[in-house]
Amino acid sequence: MNERATAVGVAGVSKTFRIPRQHLMSFKERAMHPFRRVAVTDLHALKDVSFDIEQGEFFGIAGRNGSGKSTLLKCMAGVYRVDRGAITVAGRLVPFIELGVGFNQEMTALDNVVINGVMMGLSPREAQRRFDAVVEFAELDDFLDLKLKNYSSGMQVRLAFSLMVHADADVLLIDEVLAVGDAAFQQKCFDAFHDLRDRGKTVVLVTHDMQMIERFCQRAMLLHRGAVADIGDPGSVARRYLELNFEEDDEASVTAGRPEDVSHGVAIGDVWIERPDGRRVDSVGQGDPLVIRAEIEALQRIDDPEIGVTINDEAGTVVFGTATRELGREEQPFEPGERISLRLALRNDLKPARYYVDCGVHEGVHRVAAFRYRASDFLVFGNRAQLGLVALDHTFELERRRNRTEAATPS
Amino acid sequence: MSSTALPRQIRGPSAFGGGLRRALYLTWIIGLTEYRLTYFGSALGYLWSLMRPLMLFGVLYVVFSQIVDFGDDIVNYPMLLLFNIVLFNFFADASTKAVTSVVDREAIVRKMHFPGMVIPLARVLSGGLNLAVSLIAVFVFLLAYGVDPRWTWLLLPLLLVPLVLLTLGVAMLLSALYVRFRDVAPIWAVVSTALFYGSPVLYAIDKVPEDYRQVLMLVNPLADILEQGRSWVIDPNADGAIAAAGGGAWILVPIAVGAAVCALGVWVFNREAPRIAERL
Repeated sequence: MNERATAVGVAGVSKTFRIPRQHLMSFKERAMHPFRRVAVTDLHALKDVSFDIEQGEFFGIAGRNGSGKSTLLKCMAGVYRVDRGAITVAGRLVPFIELGVGFNQEMTALDNVVINGVMMGLSPREAQRRFDAVVEFAELDDFLDLKLKNYSSGMQVRLAFSLMVHADADVLLIDEVLAVGDAAFQQKCFDAFHDLRDRGKTVVLVTHDMQMIERFCQRAMLLHRGAVADIGDPGSVARRYLELNFEEDDEASVTAGRPEDVSHGVAIGDVWIERPDGRRVDSVGQGDPLVIRAEIEALQRIDDPEIGVTINDEAGTVVFGTATRELGREEQPFEPGERISLRLALRNDLKPARYYVDCGVHEGVHRVAAFRYRASDFLVFGNRAQLGLVALDHTFELERRRNRTEAATPS
Repeated sequence: MSSTALPRQIRGPSAFGGGLRRALYLTWIIGLTEYRLTYFGSALGYLWSLMRPLMLFGVLYVVFSQIVDFGDDIVNYPMLLLFNIVLFNFFADASTKAVTSVVDREAIVRKMHFPGMVIPLARVLSGGLNLAVSLIAVFVFLLAYGVDPRWTWLLLPLLLVPLVLLTLGVAMLLSALYVRFRDVAPIWAVVSTALFYGSPVLYAIDKVPEDYRQVLMLVNPLADILEQGRSWVIDPNADGAIAAAGGGAWILVPIAVGAAVCALGVWVFNREAPRIAERL
C-alpha cells in the first residue's frame, strides 16, 4: 500500500447544456405561447469522463477550444452541477478557476486580500494576518495604498496568484493563468507550484499550451469532444493532441486534406531537428542555428533525383522551402540500396510558433518518388514580439526633426 | 495511513454551498464593502446616508404639508413622514438593487464556487447599514422636534426584524427570477412605486376609507410595520397595526403574508441556485 492517496476523483461525469434555439425569455412571449416548448439543442460538453488525480500530483488537462476542459474544471470547482457521475475531492479546494475573480477595482490591496481570503474559506482575521506574506510574495510592498484599478494587469495577477498560494488549499485548479506576467514571475509561479507539490498539495492545470504540459506536468489528460482521448505521460498526450488537431483540420477542410505520404522506390526514414553539435532538439531559440536532418533510402534506381524540404506553419503556409535543383545542382542517379543522409543547416529566423517539416524526393521534374507530410516538427521560442511570418534580421532607426517654431522655448 | 482529509463529494453550486460559516463571512465582508462604496468618491461620503432621506423628506414635506394640506390632522406629521420614508426607502432601495445583483456579479458566479444567496443577502445588509445610520438621524430629529421619548421606542427592533426578513425574501425572489426573466426589473419598478402609495408612508392608515383599510392592512405587511411604528414611535394615541388590521387574530394574516413571501424567496432561490451559473 505504497500508493498515494487520491486527491481528486472523477467518476463517470457527464454534463449537458440545453441551449435554447431561440430565446423565449420574456413574460410576454411565455404568455403568448404558453404551451410552446422552447426548442433546445443539447450540447454534450462532457461524456462519461473518469480519472483520478493523486495527492501531490501536477496534473495537466489539455484539449482544444470546445473540448470541454473548462466545463470539467468548473464542475470540479463546483461552479456547475454535474448531470451524472460524481466528483470527490480530498481536502480544501481553491474555489476559483481564474485568477483575480472577485477583485474589487475600487479598493486597496489590503481590502482585496481580505475579501479574496474569505472567498477562499479563511476568516477575515486570518486573511488579514496573511496580508504581509501575500504582498511580499507578490512584490507589491511599494504599492499598498493604491487602489487596484491603478495596478497594472501584471501586478493584479501577481497579487491574485500570491493569494492563491497563501490560501493553504489542498487542491489548486488553474485555467491558463500563467500566460500573463513576465518571465521572471512565471518562473516564480512554477517554483511555488513545485514547493506546493512538495508539501503534498495537488495542482490541476488546464491549458492548450502543450509546452507547459510537457514542462511542468507529471501526468496529463487529453479531452476531445467531451471525452477522455488519452491519459498518462505528458509527452504522449502532447503528441496525441497534435495528431487530433491534424485530423480536425483535415475534417474541417475537405479539399485541402492531409496530403498522402508517398513512397515509390524511395523511402524517407527518420527526419529530425538538431543543433550544430549534433544534439537532437524539439525546440530552437530564435536566431539560433538549426539543422534539419533526414535519412533517405533508395529502393530502386532513380534518375535525375531532386530532394526538397519545406518548413510550414500550423496553418500549412510554406514559410521556407529549398531543393537540390534550386541550388543548381545536378544529382547523380540513386542506386538501389543507396542511403542518403540529408543535412540542411540554416539560421532560425522564424518567429515563435510550432513548425512542421515536409520532405520529398522527385524523379525528374514531375514524378513524386517519395513524400512525407509533417515528417518532423519543432518549436521556436523567443520573446521578441513581431508581426508576420518570419523574424528578419533588422535594425530600426528613426531620424526625428522637430518643428523649431513650436518647440522653441519662450525667451 | 496518510494525513489526507476524507474525500468529499463536490455537489455543485447551491444557495449556501461551501459551508455556512464561509457564506456568513462573505455576506458580512461583501455587504460592508458595498456599503463603503455606495457613496465612495463623493464629497460628503457617509453623510449621504443621512442627507438623502432628509432631502427626500424635505421635498415631500413641502408638497404634502405646505402645498396640499395633507397631514394637518396627523400628530407629528413631519416626523411620521421622515420615519416612514427611512423605513420604506430601505425596503425599496435594497430590493431594487437586489434585482440585478446576481447578474451584476456574473464574474463571481461563473468563475468560482460561490454561495449564490450571499449576493442578495449582502445587498440587503449594505442597505441595512445605511438604514442604521439613517435611523440615528431620525431619532435626533424626533428629539429636536419635541417628540417625547418613550419606552416603546425600544421596541423598534421588533419591527425591523420583520422588515428585514420581508426585504430579504423579496430580494432573493427577484434576484433569482431576474436571471431568467429580464422583465422583472421594469415590473418591480412599477410594483415598488405602487407599494409606496399602497403603504401608509405619506398618510396614516385612518385616512384610508374604512372599506379598504382592513384589506390594505391584511395584504401588505409593510402597512402593518409602518402603522405599528407610528404607534410606538411617533404618536402614542394611534391605534397600532392590530387594531387597524381588524383586531386580535387578524394580525396573523399580514404576518403569514410576510412569512410566505420570505419562504417563497428562499425556495425559489434555492431551486434556481444550481443552474444560475449556466443561465447567465
